[in-house]
Amino acid sequence: MVIEGFIALYIFMLAAFTGYEVIARVPVILHTPLMSGSNFVHGIVLVGAMVALGHAETVTGQVIGFIAVFLGAGNAVGGYVATERMLEMFKTKDEGGKE
Amino acid sequence: MNTIVQLSYFAAAVLFILGLKGMSSPKTARKGIVWAGIGMIIATLATFVHPTITGAHGPVVTNYVLIVIAIAISGALAYWSAKKVPMTDMPQMVALYNGMGGGAAGAIAAVELFRAQDSLTASVATKAAELAEAKDLTLEQARMLVESQGTIGAALGTDVAILGILGALIGTVAFSGSLIAWAKLDGRMNRNSVVPMQQIVNIAVFAATILFGVMTFFTDSLATVIIFFALALVAGAFMAIPIGGADMPVVISLFNALTGLAVGFEGFVLGNPAMIIAGTVVGAAGSLLTQLMAKAMNRPLTNVLFSGFGTGAQTESEGPEGEMKEIQAEDAGIMMAYANQVVIVPGYGMAVAQAQHKIWELVQLLQDKGATVKFAIHPVAGRMPGHMNVLLAEAGVPYDMIYDMEDINAEFAKTDVAMVIGANDVVNPAAEDDPGSPIYGMPILKVRDAQNVIVVKRGRGRGFSGVENHLFFADNTRMLFNDGQKAAAELVQVVKQF
Repeated sequence: MVIEGFIALYIFMLAAFTGYEVIARVPVILHTPLMSGSNFVHGIVLVGAMVALGHAETVTGQVIGFIAVFLGAGNAVGGYVATERMLEMFKTKDEGGKE
Repeated sequence: MNTIVQLSYFAAAVLFILGLKGMSSPKTARKGIVWAGIGMIIATLATFVHPTITGAHGPVVTNYVLIVIAIAISGALAYWSAKKVPMTDMPQMVALYNGMGGGAAGAIAAVELFRAQDSLTASVATKAAELAEAKDLTLEQARMLVESQGTIGAALGTDVAILGILGALIGTVAFSGSLIAWAKLDGRMNRNSVVPMQQIVNIAVFAATILFGVMTFFTDSLATVIIFFALALVAGAFMAIPIGGADMPVVISLFNALTGLAVGFEGFVLGNPAMIIAGTVVGAAGSLLTQLMAKAMNRPLTNVLFSGFGTGAQTESEGPEGEMKEIQAEDAGIMMAYANQVVIVPGYGMAVAQAQHKIWELVQLLQDKGATVKFAIHPVAGRMPGHMNVLLAEAGVPYDMIYDMEDINAEFAKTDVAMVIGANDVVNPAAEDDPGSPIYGMPILKVRDAQNVIVVKRGRGRGFSGVENHLFFADNTRMLFNDGQKAAAELVQVVKQF
């Protein structure tokens, strides 16, 4: 999919405002999980890494592409598990957090 | 196939934004991460049938195998490490995973830049032959003309090349910088390492990196691209090396935002809207979060980045007057057992001593005796904002007992016993009284307003920042010198008897 320059500019702008608004109402207690969560979300870089490796034609391209996929997958999987572990703890009393 | 892929990416983008929104409230946070996770799985699976891969020339099957191997190995390692890491070490793990993301963005840029460079070298001969034929030039003249026009910028297109190079710079800096942050927090590297003439060297390295970034646009030389990446790696490392441990959370958050931005830019290079949206959303959210953290520490971001904490020239301020007064667990326990309101101020030291479970036991005992117990959390308690809340939540403390600095500071005057366990700088009155102190101006928890203050501390040493704490010498302060967990266990025993 070709994204024309100016369309991309609008996407960047709208996405930036979205990011700002989404986090603006976050209580302090969730800052660490949220940092971890946003860390997970940019793990989407994995998708780009797969494309980069997928259409690599040279050995150099394959090696760097492999590194990209390796790093991207680590970002995505590690980010998810870390965030989930942190959020697991945010249980209210009626959910059984307190014996 | 393309429609399916694009629809999946659209769904993933929606799920990411909903997920982040969900993570903004404790009630929906766990749902939020699951939504974002589903988005990631959809996007990843769809990419296996991405037309760029399926329609590629070259070793497509081999590449598929390589993709699966890389995901399997890295995914398993990341899953295992994230499952087994103790909660106290979470900040450095976030730094590590973030660095991996930045590295991936940098590597994608490298693949695309090398490909562009490769296509230039490959096509010079044919183009020169065509030109020589058409314009009636010698082959040598035509070759030089073609080479002068063949730049990476022209091969990729101006907009793609600029964002690609910017993404490469930012992603690579975030990669090496995050790895240094991880190494420092994980104790694998001296916290006080300095590069000689650090500021000048940093400026020089950054200037050189940017210069080579610009040159990459106007060149067809492979060496330039390689030097550019090498310099960016060094720049990221040098940026993080001088930063003190106390400022690390701000820096990790900054690198997190930078990685997001890099992913967004590389998304544009690859024409991948899911990457553009997710990356930019994280870039913006991360920037705001970084500012919130810097503000909470009263350390402007420029200070964090450009001055090593406590390394600058400080006016030597007068030491605190009086001396520390010790208390035994028995007396401290009795004091707490008869208190109406107790406020607990936990710090990283409590987490290191794994004392949060015993503390929670103590709190429940006090509550049974009718005391009001509250936890007071400084915005930068722990190693990252919210880190302490996570650690308390792990011990089972309900989040409605946990108060932010703004909400609790007025309460200290009505508090009979304030117990500081493992916290230091965030309760130091020098931040309010002593303009010569390096932490002067940082908002603090007004623990000294309480009737009695009990400080649980392992020894008489100074805190993380190396600043003497005036609170420890105050008249209403008693020091309970012990390991956090042992102290808490002893207090539990004492309170049980009353």
